[in-house]
Amino acid sequence: MGGVEDQIDQWRGFVRRRGAISGADVEEMEDHLREQIADLEAGGLDGEEAFLVAVRRMGNLDEVSREFAREHSDRLWKQLVLVPEADAAGPGRWREPGVLLAFALGAGVAVKLLFAAVDGEFEQIRNLPFVVLPFLAGWFAWKRRTPWGVCAAAAALAAVPFLAVNLYPFQEAPGPFPSPGMTAVLAFTHAPVLLWLLAGVLHTGGHWRSHDRRMDFVRFTGELAMYLVLLQLGALVLLGLTAGVLSLVGVDLEPVLEDWLLPFGLPGALLVAAWLVEAKKSVVENIAPVLTRVFTPLALVMLVADLVVLLVNGPLTAVDRDLLILMDAVLVLVLFLLLYSVSARDPLAPPGVFDRIQLALVGAALAVDTVALTAMLGRIAEFGFTANKTAALGLNLVLLVHLAWSARLLAGFVRGGRPFAAVERWQTAYLPVYALWAAVVVLVFPPVFGFA
Amino acid sequence: MHIDKDLVAASATPLVLGILAEGESYGYAIVKRVNELSGGRMQWTDGMLYPLLHRLERNGHVRASWGTSEAGRRRKHYAITESGLQALADRRAQWSVVADALRQVWETAAHPPFPGPAPAGGIA
Repeated sequence: MGGVEDQIDQWRGFVRRRGAISGADVEEMEDHLREQIADLEAGGLDGEEAFLVAVRRMGNLDEVSREFAREHSDRLWKQLVLVPEADAAGPGRWREPGVLLAFALGAGVAVKLLFAAVDGEFEQIRNLPFVVLPFLAGWFAWKRRTPWGVCAAAAALAAVPFLAVNLYPFQEAPGPFPSPGMTAVLAFTHAPVLLWLLAGVLHTGGHWRSHDRRMDFVRFTGELAMYLVLLQLGALVLLGLTAGVLSLVGVDLEPVLEDWLLPFGLPGALLVAAWLVEAKKSVVENIAPVLTRVFTPLALVMLVADLVVLLVNGPLTAVDRDLLILMDAVLVLVLFLLLYSVSARDPLAPPGVFDRIQLALVGAALAVDTVALTAMLGRIAEFGFTANKTAALGLNLVLLVHLAWSARLLAGFVRGGRPFAAVERWQTAYLPVYALWAAVVVLVFPPVFGFA
Repeated sequence: MHIDKDLVAASATPLVLGILAEGESYGYAIVKRVNELSGGRMQWTDGMLYPLLHRLERNGHVRASWGTSEAGRRRKHYAITESGLQALADRRAQWSVVADALRQVWETAAHPPFPGPAPAGGIA
């Protein structure tokens, strides 16, 4: 009889995995199955045989589950449950929102303290990521139960750019208005990248070597960006309406906005967006991959047009750092399109039209970049390397390697020689290079270029 | 005897409603009753009964309640409602039209006016 119980257990687990069949339905069908088995056994079959016959009579699970889905189509539109309702224990269910709220408030207070304690807009802005991101990272660590050792290591690593950004003797740019120098701007634009990838280590729960976890963090980042944009749009509408209504009675919202709403609202939005992304995981189709599907063909058309125009109208007229930055932006765009479609692709699916478009897109981006770079090479040598040009060129090379190798792997996959997993793995294997490059720009560039 | 699945599907609703009109019941007992009624010749895919019962419940033709079986397991019982009885009467009227028409067809078919097609000859 124990064998039959095991088999019923297995059957139950198998049925439960069907999205359209709910727990109560499974219970109802299990009762049926057991009655049938009991009757068959009474008729002289042994337990095993009775189970097999009863399961057979229950019918093909795919068909039954399709029938359930037709009747309960709402179950396939999975519902977003932010606070677990029925099954969870009473006080525990508010724990996660509570912890999140504490982290969000903490980030707000930290921003407030930063603005109170530090003078100078530039000093405030360059420290902003260092006061906000630790709270997000802390929430990751809490949520993923990241080991203390990993948290401590990440914190120690994050302290290095923090000290560098604040203690390096940066010089201000010469000119009528005091403005930060080149290396200072580079350092504070690259530091958040470094911090974000460190926060990613906590997001992986300490398993930062795992490619799956890294890919999860990539997906998380894409969804977070989308949610953040949507939340900010919503907040903008709300604030606009409030300000409009208040202005009717002559009350100015701006002081409250600057002093309280922005310092608490912006970090709060970041944390709430992060929470939403985690909560809705597997509930809704990820939006970033959907957008990549739409924009990949369009981006390909754009790049091919760019390439033709560059080749026909060449040589380039203005060859400077702006062009380099423009090329970096093009490569980053293509990289995001690649990364997010890779993140949502079934690695087992055979190569399709979309993979060819993807390959063509990467190829076109590489061609455009090559044309621009060769045109610039002579000029750069002529005028020497400034910090900005070197940073832009370096990023270009980092991206170029990433995309060129992706193109090679993708071509192999489309031709049928390589598995898609190789393309996927390369994306996540290459991620630390960005952290390294950001670290170099933050830590090494300022001393090399004399803190100018 | 194998009965075409479209025919099984079409007759399932009136059968279930009719069985429930005899009194409150539950899934397995309904299947057993169908077997009895058809002398074991109508084989249902048992799993398909439940989406059907849920559809009848949603439409208000049956009312469901959770009870306990003799063995102490939770069991869902179904009882027919007023609207279910109404639906059963409608179905019954429809089926009697169909059955009547079929009966006439069977009678005519028993004495075909034309002989069957001639056996195919060889091709030179």
